[in-house]
Amino acid sequence: MAIQTMKTALLAFGLTVGLASGVGLASGPALAAGEEVDLINEHFHHEGPFGAFDKAAVQRGYQVFTTVCASCHGAKYLAFRNLGEIGYTEDQIKAMASQYTVTDGPNDDGEMFDRPAIASDYFPSPYPNEKAARAANGGAYPPDLSLITKAREHGTDYVYSLMVGYEEAPADVTIGEGMYYNAYFAGHQIGMPQPLYGDDVTYQDGSSSDIHQEAHDVVSFLHWLAEPKLEERKRTGIKAMIFLVIFSGIFYAYKRRVWADLH
Amino acid sequence: MSASHEKPVFKNGMVRWVDDRLPVVTVMYNAIGPGHPTPKNLSYWWNFGSLAGLMLGLQIITGIVLAMHYNPSAAEAFNSVEHIMRDVNFGWFLRYAHANGASMFFIVVYIHIFRGLYYGSYKSPRELLWMLGVVILLCMMATAFMGYVLPWGQMSFWGAKVITGLFGAIPLVGEPLQIWLLGGFAPDNASLNRFFSLHFLLPFVIAAVIILHIWALHIPGSSNPTGVEVKSESDTVPFHPYYTAKDGFGLGVFLILYCLMLFFLPNALGHPDNYIPANPMSTPAHIVPEWYFWPFYAILRAFTADFFFIPAKLMGVLAMFSAILVWFFLPWLDNSPVRSGNYRPLFRKFFWFGLLPCVLVLGYCGGAPAEEPFVMISQIATAYYFLHFLVILPIVSSVEKPEPLPYSITESVLGSDDKATLASGN
Ligand code: HEC
Repeated sequence: MAIQTMKTALLAFGLTVGLASGVGLASGPALAAGEEVDLINEHFHHEGPFGAFDKAAVQRGYQVFTTVCASCHGAKYLAFRNLGEIGYTEDQIKAMASQYTVTDGPNDDGEMFDRPAIASDYFPSPYPNEKAARAANGGAYPPDLSLITKAREHGTDYVYSLMVGYEEAPADVTIGEGMYYNAYFAGHQIGMPQPLYGDDVTYQDGSSSDIHQEAHDVVSFLHWLAEPKLEERKRTGIKAMIFLVIFSGIFYAYKRRVWADLH
Repeated sequence: MSASHEKPVFKNGMVRWVDDRLPVVTVMYNAIGPGHPTPKNLSYWWNFGSLAGLMLGLQIITGIVLAMHYNPSAAEAFNSVEHIMRDVNFGWFLRYAHANGASMFFIVVYIHIFRGLYYGSYKSPRELLWMLGVVILLCMMATAFMGYVLPWGQMSFWGAKVITGLFGAIPLVGEPLQIWLLGGFAPDNASLNRFFSLHFLLPFVIAAVIILHIWALHIPGSSNPTGVEVKSESDTVPFHPYYTAKDGFGLGVFLILYCLMLFFLPNALGHPDNYIPANPMSTPAHIVPEWYFWPFYAILRAFTADFFFIPAKLMGVLAMFSAILVWFFLPWLDNSPVRSGNYRPLFRKFFWFGLLPCVLVLGYCGGAPAEEPFVMISQIATAYYFLHFLVILPIVSSVEKPEPLPYSITESVLGSDDKATLASGN
């Protein structure tokens, strides 16, 4: 009996350590130059096992992205046709795409040429390459944002915090040339000037466009962009769970019956 | 109820026709059917062998379909993975199933190994069975390592660089060997192509070794929680339906856990840096392998000072590989005539309070940044790990006084066995 209790205790210990190191490491606070900063815990509609995207927020976020972020950041895995998944109609998508210019070709004369984008085109990146991007941003490189919420620990909370985390630098900190103070960036000095102040866009649906709403919306959009199959995944998951619980139940009953004559 | 060894007679004429010419049905019947007598006291710890086999099958199936859409070139690998995630029908499912499947495979295999360690499954006459298992684990590790390189993210690249760099620690031939393995000075297109090729090949090598593993299993048959060998037919039940039913239930529970990860926490076990495309110019703050390598990574990093002319890195590499190679010698390091930890009071204490916590601590340190106190803890745990196998186990097995064993499996299940009474002369 004592052994049994010991085993259970150790198993519990093992599982705790295992989970703490596997999932727990991922849920620790972000590390900023050796010191720990707690991210703002923002609630998003897509969280939880049943969570789905708030399409209105994702659409507003697309507006913030195209108006503010897209002048420096690319989103190369975003095709205009994908916007159908967040509720835009085909005509709206065509109209939105045609505002952008893409390079196509070569044509029959062997020349590359510019034309308005169509639904199957990908969102054009602002700079032709990394060198050009750095040159235009004081040496800092604005990364492509297609996967950003999955490419950082607690990506959604992190990007949200980053957006609202610009502050006056403390007196004892000297800020480098072309750098800005941000409470949540590793080392606190970031090469990105504060992108959002509030009222950077005018929302068509009449929502308030204070900085928190804008940050919330753009992160909702970025997470849809990083994980576009989130809803399909969770829906499939629920079905799989129901099936497996029934499957296990049936096998359990069968196992009990088969073994009954032995015990 | 008990299984018999006679050749089965099949009712279906077609089945009989085939079986007379190519006895595949008989082989299956005797391998996992009613013709395979199995100890009747196997606990749920014995479920993990069949689960491991299932995971290999699932990994091969999802892997083959992924390979149809993946592009193993340094320029396009990352894009092709995103193409799978976004444009391929159920591509997200295949990729998350495969990535989390690797983790689940290791969980299952580690539990399977710990079952073997506790119940002495490596002891005579099952030494080769055990050693083939160690070979399978080594192949799995190589496969998983190369698989993690394929998405060509930051951790893929830097993990490949660190691990192939280990070969550079070998004296004299190290550096040329490393260049030969990578096909260049750093991981690049050539490395990615060969890793893809080998990642595709190795699972089939594993499948072949598993056939030998199961073959070797069927000579003595399964061990069991008492460690007492089967004495008579009354100790056994036919594999089917008894253990097919029990394995089926275990499978359902296991799949629930697997699907929870796959559908609701698909990136929890991965590293965010691997969603950043590989960049040889920018080193990640902490380079960590996947969780299933953490205990071994901790052993590797525990060696921080050179020892005379032996560089620290070389000692780390040797220690890391020895941590698994020592298992090959286990049947001879543990001399106790008693198999099961259930009847070995001293062994049991060192198992639950020595080895298990030691490995968990190593795992934790392997995932943590290479700074104090983790380095020192890793050093202590590494020392203890080898102490356990090379010193404690041999001593324990010679000084320990085992508890009395039941006469037979039947006695341990029912509390008495008629044959035991006969044998003792009453
Ligand atoms: C004026 C150009 C500019 C604009 C506009 C801009 N960014 Fe940035 N962004 C940058 C630069 C430059 C960096 C790189 C900073 C560095 O590495 O120091 C960056 C980095 C980032 C990062 C990565 C931070 C990290 O952890 O490495 C995120 C996330 C980000 N930007 C989000 C946004 C969002 C969302 C918007 C729109 C609301 C936006 N940016 C608008 C220039 C810009």
